[in-house]
Amino acid sequence: MITKRIIPCLDVKNGRVVKGVNFEGLSDVSSPVELARYYSENGADELVFYDITASFEGRALFTDILREVASTIFIPLTVGGGINTVADFDRVLQCGADKVSVNSGAILNPLLIREAAQKYGSQCVVLSADIKRVDGAFRVFAKGGRENTGMEAIEWIRRGVELGAGEIVVNSIDTDGVKRGFDLEMLQRVCEAVKVPVIASGGAGSSGDFIRLFQQIPDISAGLAASIFHFGEVCIPDLKKELQENHICVR
Amino acid sequence: MIAILNYGVGNLFSLSSSLAFLGAEAKITADPAEIRGADKLILPGVGAFGDAATKLRQSGLDEILKEEAARGKPILGICLGMQLLFEKSLELGEYEGLGLLKGSVVPMEGVIPTHFKIPHIGWNALHFPKAHPLFRTVSEGDCVYFVHSYYAADSEDVIATAEYGIDVTAAVAKGNVMGCQFHPEKSGTVGLSILRAFCEWEENA
Repeated sequence: MITKRIIPCLDVKNGRVVKGVNFEGLSDVSSPVELARYYSENGADELVFYDITASFEGRALFTDILREVASTIFIPLTVGGGINTVADFDRVLQCGADKVSVNSGAILNPLLIREAAQKYGSQCVVLSADIKRVDGAFRVFAKGGRENTGMEAIEWIRRGVELGAGEIVVNSIDTDGVKRGFDLEMLQRVCEAVKVPVIASGGAGSSGDFIRLFQQIPDISAGLAASIFHFGEVCIPDLKKELQENHICVR
Repeated sequence: MIAILNYGVGNLFSLSSSLAFLGAEAKITADPAEIRGADKLILPGVGAFGDAATKLRQSGLDEILKEEAARGKPILGICLGMQLLFEKSLELGEYEGLGLLKGSVVPMEGVIPTHFKIPHIGWNALHFPKAHPLFRTVSEGDCVYFVHSYYAADSEDVIATAEYGIDVTAAVAKGNVMGCQFHPEKSGTVGLSILRAFCEWEENA
């Protein structure tokens, strides 16, 4: 039986892992290579590297780190952050990424999804959406959650899948950093709307939040989190044991 | 030396890194002489079947693969590389494969229950209808990483399956021709042990 995936997300800036609360107030946590190795040896099913560097130098440093991670760690690696063109796909895929996550780049140019899916296959293209409730509607936000695009989230995700996205990451800005659980209402809506796997992000504060996620939305494929893993509040082997005790199939 | 066939499809970085990690001598190549001189061949691949089959044919590697297979050289197809070993695929049309194994590759959509997500992405448990040396250090229920939307439906050479609403063909073997639908180079220690078994494969094993 297919297992539910637990995915730590590593935000990387200037070669170090950082994690913000509600996308602000970033603090340095650890070395990406060490952390990646630790996670892969401790039950992580996949890793997401998010490049939040803006400079050219920082970007080169990021791909060096990615190459180092990919040559010693043999689980799926997804890379996101600053992916605006097919050339950006090339750059990270050549360094060992398996999947590439697009967000603002796809909002600016939705055809990037189609172009990348045609060139590398849908399995390679992950559409990541930062979503927030505005006057009762789910809206897509761009630029790390700072800018309301005005787009209706479910429609945007449907379109992304039509264009060729093979997987969706739903990050609820409303629950991100709050640590009171995933945004089950939002996730349920997305899961019903698309056929491709949906990954939940934003809001995990305890192992109980993952149990509730997978129990209440059986179609969710994976749960993603950062700080609770980086700060040791939840350790993945214990989390998986608890999930198993709750009859949720894990590796 | 193991030749990783480079016909312009997919990401070979992880595959060559994992073989290097195992201490195997491997080379990414499209050179016919190197491929003919190699002890073993790996046929990788991601993306669409039609595109990959066309590139394989245009590069002339299809004929070399058939010749080397006939000579008994161990060949491992991975993911789309496994699907290419079959006679044909119905992915976005109808395309001819290498025909080294009998059977065809068909969409999972319409075959698996509707609430199952497509693509089949993630870690799924392996089951073994029969023992095979490729899995000699792998146990029933060990998980490996899958990413695919099409599968080999009617193969007589299945050596491993994974349950995803139906029994999905996870690995096939007929003599020296082998294939994994999953990605051993992305499947942690279990995947590495499968690659090691292929590296250590002896002609008469």
